[in-house]
Amino acid sequence: MTGLWAVLITTFLASAVEAIEMVTIVVGVGATRGWRSTIIGAASGFGVLAVIVVILGAALSVVPIGPLRLVIGALLLVFGLQWFRKGIMRVAARGLAGIGGSDPHGDAELWRGPGMDWTGWFLAFKGVVLEGLEVAIIVVSFGAGANQLGGAVVGGVGAIVVVGAVGFALHNTVRRVPRSLLQLVVGILLTTFGTFWSLEGLGVSWPASDGAILGLLVLYVLTAFTYITLERRHAFGVQAAA
Amino acid sequence: MERVWSWVLAVPRFLYHFIVGDDWTMAAAVFIGLILSAILNANRLLAWWLIPVIVVLMLGISLRRASRTQR
Repeated sequence: MTGLWAVLITTFLASAVEAIEMVTIVVGVGATRGWRSTIIGAASGFGVLAVIVVILGAALSVVPIGPLRLVIGALLLVFGLQWFRKGIMRVAARGLAGIGGSDPHGDAELWRGPGMDWTGWFLAFKGVVLEGLEVAIIVVSFGAGANQLGGAVVGGVGAIVVVGAVGFALHNTVRRVPRSLLQLVVGILLTTFGTFWSLEGLGVSWPASDGAILGLLVLYVLTAFTYITLERRHAFGVQAAA
Repeated sequence: MERVWSWVLAVPRFLYHFIVGDDWTMAAAVFIGLILSAILNANRLLAWWLIPVIVVLMLGISLRRASRTQR
């Protein structure tokens, strides 16, 4: 019984770390690009994940996660950098305008087309597949290792459900954040995860392991502050000259 | 047939906007950075610092270029 609880709690905590990354991406992309395509992308990701888990089962523990991390991380990094750059320019130009949805220019990234927003779909899909696969591998590794697969499954699924519920509860709060600031924050987060995963995929060891994500986040937030300050000085210079 | 062609054209267009976006130099720098990181790592040299440095530098260069163009 002690073994069951130990596996359940360990799997829950390890999976929660991956689930936080998954939910952060889905909530951030949904709030910035729109929810419909993002939710369909996340649901498609869970569908693909379910098929992979059913087909591979216990063989999941030997899936080479490195190449997948490299490809998904590199894509997140190049896309996140674009939003990081646009976010800096918009926050520098308009500050925190748009609180309460009053910024007329702030919805530039929101998808208004008739069909699917494939960018939002793709970002959510990738986040769910990669992080979900990592949760599945954690579940299989811990569960098979301790011969407690049932407890490990409950821990892994429980972590996704609990973190997902917290993300859902917070999505209205996220909606009130000015769009320009939201784009900057999501750009920083995508760049952070993209940097971390792509290098992990190459087999590079990070100092402090997963703790490096926090270090990258601090570095990129400081970078954003610095460039926003520099951009504002430029913008003021132009206005004064005109 | 027309629908098939629109899909065939839409996929590379989507990938181009997704990967390259407004400034192709940032995507190119990340790509080169990942190759260099792989080389450093294969030679057992410290490799984790290179991409964060490229991100910070390329953001600055790209922002500077964008603000010059606006002026």
